[in-house]
Amino acid sequence: MTARPPVLCLAGIGKSFGDLVANDAIDLSLGRGEILALLGENGAGKTTLMNILFGHYVADEGSIEVAGPDGRLAPLPPGSPQAALAAGIGMVHQHFTLADNLSVLDNIVLGTERWWQPFRRMGRARQLLAGLIERAGLAVDLDVPAGSLSVGERQRVEILKALYREARILILDEPTAVLTPQETDGLFAVLRRLAADGLAIVFISHKLAEVMAISERVMVLRAGRVVEDVATAATDRAALAEAMVGRPIPAMSREPLKPGDPALVLDGVDVAGTDHRGTMHGVDLTVKAREMVGIAGVAGNGQGALAALLSGLAPPAAGRVTLFGGPFRPDAVTLIDAGVGRIPEDRHRDGVVGDMTLWENAVLEDYRRHPFRRAGLLDRAAARAHTARLMAEHDVRGGGLGTPARLLSGGNMQKLILGRVLDREPGLILAHQPTRGLDIGAATAVQARLLEARGRGAAIVLISEDLDELLQLTDRIAVFYRGRLTPLLPTEGLSARALGLMMAGHAADEALAETAERRTDAA
Amino acid sequence: MLGFAVLNPTYETVSDSMLETLDILLTASFWAATLRIATPLIFGTLGELICERAGVLNLGIEGIMVAGALIGWLSVYMGADLVTGVALAFLTGVAFGLLHGALTVPLALSQHVSGIGITLLATSLSYYAYRIILPDVPSPPRIEPFQPIVWPILSEIPLIGPSLFAGQTAMTWLALALVALTAWVLYRTPVGLAVRACGENPAAAEAQGIDVTAVRMGAVAVGSGLMAVGGAFLTMSAFNAFFFEMINGRGWICIALVVFASWRPGKALLGALLFGAFDALQVRLQQTIGGDLPYQLFLMLPFVLSILALIVMSRRAAYPKALMVPYRKGER
Repeated sequence: MTARPPVLCLAGIGKSFGDLVANDAIDLSLGRGEILALLGENGAGKTTLMNILFGHYVADEGSIEVAGPDGRLAPLPPGSPQAALAAGIGMVHQHFTLADNLSVLDNIVLGTERWWQPFRRMGRARQLLAGLIERAGLAVDLDVPAGSLSVGERQRVEILKALYREARILILDEPTAVLTPQETDGLFAVLRRLAADGLAIVFISHKLAEVMAISERVMVLRAGRVVEDVATAATDRAALAEAMVGRPIPAMSREPLKPGDPALVLDGVDVAGTDHRGTMHGVDLTVKAREMVGIAGVAGNGQGALAALLSGLAPPAAGRVTLFGGPFRPDAVTLIDAGVGRIPEDRHRDGVVGDMTLWENAVLEDYRRHPFRRAGLLDRAAARAHTARLMAEHDVRGGGLGTPARLLSGGNMQKLILGRVLDREPGLILAHQPTRGLDIGAATAVQARLLEARGRGAAIVLISEDLDELLQLTDRIAVFYRGRLTPLLPTEGLSARALGLMMAGHAADEALAETAERRTDAA
Repeated sequence: MLGFAVLNPTYETVSDSMLETLDILLTASFWAATLRIATPLIFGTLGELICERAGVLNLGIEGIMVAGALIGWLSVYMGADLVTGVALAFLTGVAFGLLHGALTVPLALSQHVSGIGITLLATSLSYYAYRIILPDVPSPPRIEPFQPIVWPILSEIPLIGPSLFAGQTAMTWLALALVALTAWVLYRTPVGLAVRACGENPAAAEAQGIDVTAVRMGAVAVGSGLMAVGGAFLTMSAFNAFFFEMINGRGWICIALVVFASWRPGKALLGALLFGAFDALQVRLQQTIGGDLPYQLFLMLPFVLSILALIVMSRRAAYPKALMVPYRKGER
């Protein structure tokens, strides 16, 4: 790795926001054709560092040097995205920056043409792009609106944007967060091909498996400092996790339990969809007490409809739902009273009222009841005492009782919601993407709590796009594809690869056979 | 129209009034009037469309048209020639546009509030200036306006000749040319792509090295300039004088026409002509089948029909995604 000519050199980068030191004396060097993984938890300073490199922020101290086309290092003018682009730095943001109503071609050439030319010379752009698409294997239709593309295709357009500008350094910020395992494999193949062509790549992630799979070198950031800079081959997942969190991560252990009575039974249930949640058709599902059932699927294939049904936000259009052996009324208040706990997917939108205080949010589902209601009035003292206890028990930090909920970090917000739900000891828990966007520390805390609830006797429906999480936590898994749910399969014997195939519409037996073959091939 | 005729006892049959309407549609004066009424709307709608395509709603349009009407007319009244008057009106619009832009783009204030403020400011400033400059004139002084351009040969064509090739001033021709130019710039040039990108997803534009603030400011400035020229048309080509309340809601009509046009210049022209035609028609219907009906019913006609057209057209309008969303650098 040292033999490679350097294309990027960051030295002593420091950046503070008020009292918060986001980056502290960070050195980073990147060679031609190298794939470097930048690993760190939320708030470790990865994004700040890349924003400095890309000119969104100006560093308080330190220097940045980038190699020109001739390979000579030259200082990069700070604070200018234009300069970064001109120096050959391409960035694929976590949230894609495509204009939906513009064509793919327009999105790619945007900003590359001379300002006042009266005509647009698209012929040359198309020719150039055809070559890039061919060479990197980034198939995408140039003439459709960007908004009509799938997530994987949008990412390919983002990479094409950078390549079209002749980027020599490509930064990918959490590129796999939205991809299925198969799409991730495809992305990795593209990245390896590009690296072999000489492109230097920075791969920002907090997913250890992917970092191990794609990178040659790993740099770990914690609290704004570089705590590890090591060849990938010379380390392992456990060591990286510990470096990232700063303490050993306890392995999640799911003890086998004997499931109890069915808590929830769905029998041929249809739920009509809306744009963002999708529909579900003829879904059969049984979830028993002391059991965690995983629901996998690419977003929009029906999980949203199931979550809406169990949250009491959408009535079943057909079929029968039985809750705790009795009837099911699709109404949020009735469900809460019946003992259903709900952890919504979008915690900012559906989980808390951002401008209300922590204690108000903590009693949001219970304020109608004793002990918070006294003589028709809200007993603020009782509510505050209750909230203080919840926050202590669930380790909610970053605010006091009177802090507006929106000021909490994602992890603390989720712990508060979890506390609100679990404290009522619900018999059925709907956990919709409960760890999305959380760093390892907060995610393991949430996962441990869910396992605890299962041990206590709760039936849990865990909807997740994180296949590792599903494989680790659940007893049985079903997969949504185009509104239909596969039968539940025992988690033992499933692999991420098999789930990925089922998420793409392959039948369960087919997926299992295929992955079994691969396993024997490898052996 | 049918309804009006049936209500009207002086008219015996429905077919009579339909024939009347048909007669009107076949006169050159009707089509000439349609174009005349449409011209300020074309300017205003194009101006608003340019602003909105870059992501900035400009509710200052009503006031900017008043200011343009005053400045264009005043320049000529003070001795400037007509072209200079139009240019000064344009610059007046640019100035108000830059004010609106400064408040809403770098300072990211509410586009609604700023726009309404601009309308109130520009309107009252114009009226105030008019009163200060001309303290004691009994009736609004007139200027020598733009004259209709008579094209050789083309003006001999029946119907189209007298209405289009002999009945319209240079400003109407300018408006028509601007429709084509705006469409060209928006869809065929890098500048147009940058403007559309800033209205669709400013973060995407920024990531591609485009200065969103500059593009939005520029679009609002140019768009506001066109609005002011639309106002100037009224004093320099239609009424030849400035008086209070002369813009009379035309700016607001333009806002609706932009939606009607789905933010496309060609459809904006169509919308302006449609409104112009309804307006020209109602004046003529008042004279022919008006009879005992209150004239307000006829005045209402173009607005009612525009609302109906708007409902039909805007159901599938694809509005610029970042319209009315202030862009703050580095924020997600």
